[in-house]
Amino acid sequence: MITLFAVFLLTLLVITAFGIVRAQNLFVAVMLAGIFSLQMAAIFFILDAADVALTEAAVGAGISTVLFLGALALTVDEERPRPSARFLPLVVVAITTLAVIYATFEKPRLGDPNAPVHMHVAPWYLENTPTLIDIPNVVTAVLASFRGYDTFGEVFVIFTAGIGVMFVLGTPWSRLNADDVPSAETHGLRHHLIPRVVGRLLVPFIVLFGLYVQFHGEYGPGGGFQAGALIAAGIILYALLDGEAAALRAVPASWLAAMVAIGPLIYGAVGLAGIVLGGRFLDYSVLATDPVAGQHWGILLIEAGVGITVTGVMVSVFHAFAARASMR
Amino acid sequence: MILDVASWLLLLAGGFFVFAGGLGALRMPDFYTRAHASGLTDSMGTILILSGVALQAGFSLAGLKLFTILAFLLLTSPTATYALANAAYFAGLRPLLPPLSAETDDRKTR
Amino acid sequence: MYYAATIAILVTMALALGRALLGPTVYDRVLAVNMFGTKTVLLLAVVTFLYGRPDFLDLALAYALINFIGVLAVLEFVQKHSLRHPKTDQERERS
Repeated sequence: MITLFAVFLLTLLVITAFGIVRAQNLFVAVMLAGIFSLQMAAIFFILDAADVALTEAAVGAGISTVLFLGALALTVDEERPRPSARFLPLVVVAITTLAVIYATFEKPRLGDPNAPVHMHVAPWYLENTPTLIDIPNVVTAVLASFRGYDTFGEVFVIFTAGIGVMFVLGTPWSRLNADDVPSAETHGLRHHLIPRVVGRLLVPFIVLFGLYVQFHGEYGPGGGFQAGALIAAGIILYALLDGEAAALRAVPASWLAAMVAIGPLIYGAVGLAGIVLGGRFLDYSVLATDPVAGQHWGILLIEAGVGITVTGVMVSVFHAFAARASMR
Repeated sequence: MILDVASWLLLLAGGFFVFAGGLGALRMPDFYTRAHASGLTDSMGTILILSGVALQAGFSLAGLKLFTILAFLLLTSPTATYALANAAYFAGLRPLLPPLSAETDDRKTR
Repeated sequence: MYYAATIAILVTMALALGRALLGPTVYDRVLAVNMFGTKTVLLLAVVTFLYGRPDFLDLALAYALINFIGVLAVLEFVQKHSLRHPKTDQERERS
């Protein structure tokens, strides 16, 4: 029965993908991309992958749609018509598709306990998490501790992407001033009473829920990435309702620049602390007298770093798009 | 036992309203009527389905979370629909009204 | 019992997708996305109980928050955009 639901949602996914590719109007494509992310989140959830579903929902359907719209404001509405003769790409794609379909014949069934992915490292993680790290959410244990070095790389990717986007758009943090934002608009959500009242009620709740997801990441689905996206969504909501100037006064650009840098800094500092205290790089067991408590401290600190960086990057990119759009 | 029957009824009724709203959103002729149909799923569908599930959860943390989700959806979903309809109206989209004709006077006298 | 509600919600998601693909105006599509979002929240809440794992309700709550913000962002964009590029009624109906 669950398989039937997953297959149904996957069919809807294929239809949505066709819609995105065939849409000439880019705004329609952005809307359908939002629906695509929602469907992916639902499929991940039905397949019992809760952390991934939460991240996909927060980042893909929320922040991604907002950023696509920000980019769309800087460019044209319609797709440029492409030249008609595209026989060679069609042949290449067809051959690749057939090759991939042939490769899936050898794939183990979903959830098969004898599949290679369930046989080597995964049982080791599942057996040793209660003794070594002692947190209920094994995904966070793997992400933050066993594979902490990979997550260190991910934080650096987010950091680099953030500063890259800021430089491509030509609006580094020094140019995001609260006073430079033009206030000449007569329409928009700023002048719309009901969404403003309801939105203002919600912003503190959203930030609080983001903090809950951050710190609850060890016990349930959650963690730094999801929490960062949620808190950024709260700040973006405030910026949408009360204007970018108010949001830049609430969370100044200098703070955002600091937030973007602090994540990798904290992560690296925890890693080096491991070396200084006698262990290896990113070895959390030496951070406290009890190795398990040390692991808890390590995970707490690096997840906080990840959350801060993700929030900083997303809000910065949003403000950069808005500043760029008002420069036109 | 009674709890299960009540949950069944609430979930079935909720499912019916959600489906009716979806069908309406697909089949209605005009944007404003479609918004009306979609609002049906947002209010009745949400209340019935979440209450049905909350009866199964009881007075626990899960029940409290469900209540929070319900309060949240009831607060934001109608606001979003309102903002959407307002934006559409101010951008110039007008509802599909029947054309005025001589029959209007007959209707008034009936 | 959860299966019946899940089937109803999934069918409605398909109907909302249909409206998003068809909808002649921009606002129809935004409506469809909003509806899809609330259906996703309901689906998450029901399937949580289907699997018997109440801690997954956090996803439904997060998703409800994100959906609201997404729709408001779209509306802000559409309003600013239509101000900067005012269209005729025919063009607007077509988009």
